[in-house]
Amino acid sequence: MSPFPSSRFPHPHPHPTQFGVPVLSRRGLLRGAAVGTGALGLSGLLSACGERPADENTVTFGSNQSDPVPREALAQVVATFEEESDLTVEVNTVDHNTFQENINRYLQGTPDDVFTWFAGYRMQFFAAQGLLTPISDVWEDIGDQYSDAMRDQSTGEDGEQYFVPFYYYPWAMFYRPSVWAERGYTPPTTFDEYIALCDRMRADGLVPIAFGNEDGWPAMGTFDYLNMRINGYEFHAALMRGEESWEDPAVREVFATWAELLPYCQEGANGRIWQDAAQALVNGEAGMYLLGMFVGQQFPDDQRDDLDFFPFPEINPEHGQGAVEAPIDGFLISAEARNVDGAKELLRFLASAEAQELYLASDPNNIAANSTADTSNYSAMQNKAVELVSNATHISQFMDRDTRPDFASTVMIPSLQQFINDPSDIDGLLRQIEEQKQSIFDDE
Amino acid sequence: MTTTPLAPSAGATTSSDGPPSGSRRARRVRRLGPRDITVLAVLLGAALVLDLALVWGPTVASITLSFTDWNGISDLRWVGTENYQDIVSTYPPFQRAVRNNVLWLAFLALVATPLGLLFAVLLDREIRFTRFYQSAFYLPVVLSLAIVGFIAQLVYARDYGALNALLGRENNPIDWLGDPDINIWAVLGAAGWRHVGYVMILYLAGLKAVDPSLKEAAAIDGASEVQTFFRVTLPTMRPINIIVLVITVIEGLRAFDIVYAINNGRNGLELLSVLVTENIVGEASRIGFGSALAVILLVIALGFIVTYLVQILREDRR
Amino acid sequence: MTAVTSTSPATPPSTTGASGVSSAQRRKRRITPARIALHIVLMTAALGWLAPVLLAVYASLRPYADTAAHGYLSWPERLTFDYYIQVWQDAELPRYFFNTLIVTVPAVIIILFLASFVAYAIARVRLPGARVLLVLFTAGNLLPPQVLITPLYVLYNKLPLPWWISDSMSLYDSYLGLIAIHVAFQLGFCVFVLANYMRQIPTEITEAALVDGAGLWKRYLTVTLPLARPALAALATLEFTWIYNDFLWALVLMSSGDKLPITSALNNLRGQFFTDYNLLAAGAVLVALPTIIVFNLLQKQFIAGLTLGANKG
Repeated sequence: MSPFPSSRFPHPHPHPTQFGVPVLSRRGLLRGAAVGTGALGLSGLLSACGERPADENTVTFGSNQSDPVPREALAQVVATFEEESDLTVEVNTVDHNTFQENINRYLQGTPDDVFTWFAGYRMQFFAAQGLLTPISDVWEDIGDQYSDAMRDQSTGEDGEQYFVPFYYYPWAMFYRPSVWAERGYTPPTTFDEYIALCDRMRADGLVPIAFGNEDGWPAMGTFDYLNMRINGYEFHAALMRGEESWEDPAVREVFATWAELLPYCQEGANGRIWQDAAQALVNGEAGMYLLGMFVGQQFPDDQRDDLDFFPFPEINPEHGQGAVEAPIDGFLISAEARNVDGAKELLRFLASAEAQELYLASDPNNIAANSTADTSNYSAMQNKAVELVSNATHISQFMDRDTRPDFASTVMIPSLQQFINDPSDIDGLLRQIEEQKQSIFDDE
Repeated sequence: MTTTPLAPSAGATTSSDGPPSGSRRARRVRRLGPRDITVLAVLLGAALVLDLALVWGPTVASITLSFTDWNGISDLRWVGTENYQDIVSTYPPFQRAVRNNVLWLAFLALVATPLGLLFAVLLDREIRFTRFYQSAFYLPVVLSLAIVGFIAQLVYARDYGALNALLGRENNPIDWLGDPDINIWAVLGAAGWRHVGYVMILYLAGLKAVDPSLKEAAAIDGASEVQTFFRVTLPTMRPINIIVLVITVIEGLRAFDIVYAINNGRNGLELLSVLVTENIVGEASRIGFGSALAVILLVIALGFIVTYLVQILREDRR
Repeated sequence: MTAVTSTSPATPPSTTGASGVSSAQRRKRRITPARIALHIVLMTAALGWLAPVLLAVYASLRPYADTAAHGYLSWPERLTFDYYIQVWQDAELPRYFFNTLIVTVPAVIIILFLASFVAYAIARVRLPGARVLLVLFTAGNLLPPQVLITPLYVLYNKLPLPWWISDSMSLYDSYLGLIAIHVAFQLGFCVFVLANYMRQIPTEITEAALVDGAGLWKRYLTVTLPLARPALAALATLEFTWIYNDFLWALVLMSSGDKLPITSALNNLRGQFFTDYNLLAAGAVLVALPTIIVFNLLQKQFIAGLTLGANKG
């Protein structure tokens, strides 16, 4: 095969002369091993220092508030609680993403007494699996400070309360008043006015509706509002619980309406993160944007006053504008809690107006869940949000909190992205969703 | 190119390749005493126990789980092959994932790996700045998920990304990450960017070990540089070739972090590993279903490993 | 194509060594147009390779509002190291870096030690079943890690450990558990590479220096292991990088935030919704530094080690 006689070539690899060079001495190896063992021993020691005293004066608290500002705010709340009670709180902070991905294993492993989580189905699911401690007795004390809608969202399928709401953030149509004033736009209340406004914006050279869906979840907000406006909250909730068929003509109408709206939305949404879409609003290139109140974080500090919202317009007069999407974040007690009494005491404090005011002092993008909380320090937009939610007939929690998480993430996100790419085959899409829904919801 | 070492060996000689027991002398030296056997038992035992308990045991358990419906909390329910049927019939991301995995493997093997080899060959000439070049090509390998995701946004984002700005397409931007017909290629670019570094560094080590006198001898015999490379250098790097091949297959099958960092592997960027992760690791907890996906990935991986091992065994027998 | 494999013992050092040196020196002195062209090609490619990283570094020096408004490829309003200072303070990098070291350093050492011995046993000792061992380890490495997650989690939760090793009282949420899975999972790849490497070492070399009757352990430690140094250095680089950057195992096998490795410190810079990507870039640049340093240290080792063998008498 080769033109070269093989015998001419010495073995290439590795070269003999290398032999004898004391490249990795026994001493080196032993030293390495010693470092290794040392590190192991050290880790053992460290763990020993962190050994949890299982006494009645300590409550452990799992928090996903890992980014610096909210973490600091929560630390202040905890410090205040420690001053006002005899208890010590050990906070275990894990970043949002890890906390969420890990929640099932966390709850079955060694969960903390109290932990941060979300209201709605996503909480009820864990309650039904027996992973939570009911706290109806806490609600007897705090119940009068919360609206009925808040109580509903804190209640498990068995009628017991499990959840203490801390804050919420409504979803709505956000816009820049300065841009609108310049062109004389006014907030639409009906779908026809909404479409007319979109046409005007387009004629004025604006992208009417900013849209970014690279991460998959933002589009859920659009679906939720369309469905609640067209078919009402009850149907929406039942659909989310898996009790209605996705091939129902009612659902088809939601997608057909959405298909009418898509031409007014920013193109290429699946390749845009929400922050870039929000930036189009900041830059005055887009007219409005359906998102949660956290959209304000994309605005530079000196421009945050130039942000307002209006509720998603009415489509079917029968359902009006009463339903509001306002995800609630709060706290739960795990079933494995070692100090249940202490945990409940902590929850009572976290449910108080005092704790929520303290926390929200650093966070202008959320609203205190406690209805007696002082609103005098709120921005104009926060006050408007309070009004929106307190007048709501129903509060939904967002698709990924109102339905099974597996259905939301493995079925709905890809399906909505597919719809945005190609809105023409609605029937095929809905058949696909319904098939997968059946195999997922089937096993209960 | 990298498949060369897998071709049946035409040469008649294998002595240094084969088991080291070729010479009589070796046999004499290698008699094992009781102390040797103890050392072997302890260290091999430790490695085996770890491997069996933490890798193979869980794998077998996962195969079992793939025939169940389980969310990790409630009771296990046997569903037979239902998960597999669902994957094939009603789970649209699956077929795209298989296609993307194949594409990924082909791209790494046919484009990125040869490019890495080329860089290694160019850098093997004892030229100046070689450490700089090496570091530049290797740099992407050491980057973590967080920065890879950020860089992908930085370069490919539709509105504010660098690539559209460079191409002067601000007004008619290409949707590098959002268009499901385009984004896999954009991501393969990023994957190749990383893979080239791996391959280069391995081949660099391999090339340095090739004795220069080999090449000189070939040159004396009148072979051109290219001929010498393909007929002498590349075949002598057989161990490296195999390692690179295995790394390429591993990377192709296990490809995960780039698409995960960009959009969790959706909308055209589906990969089997991401589908498994999404179903098993996340809040979703479709453990039976995810395990079935993992088993499919496992079977594909075993296909490669068996092919390779059969090859090795055949060579050894010669 | 394997015709070059040798049937004769390795050529004596002097011949090849001399020619190696002379050819290297000859080549170094020449400056030809071809060489300049080579530099142009390499420089262009290297800068192309670096460009995305440099862009990330550039972004990390600019305020988010600036890049958000003008795009990432634009002139800066101002450049500042504020983000780096902020990361160092807010993200508690030193603590998470220490967590990572507690896992990474022992894991890499144990992996290389065990793998080199297993490889030695497979490649250099006449063992019955050596093939099966190689198959077992190599195939194990090709398994997708996700396939192990659920059973491993259950197993870890059930394995009790004394409090002084793990405050969770089980392998779950313990450094030891994390080290164990890294070792077990990476062992396969290292065994595969090292066995391959050791098989290529001519038997004659390993035996020439040995007094008959040296024990297995001694032959492994004093003869084979030093010869495998380049491969060990290359593997150390790769394994350090992989384990350092791992997030999957920590994600599924740990639950205490203060024990998580450095990849999670970066996630702490992400908000629930809003992320200052430029701040994250600054963090990611800082976090990448150790792997770059390790590469540069070991690069010298494995490439120089081999060059030494090939060029110097």
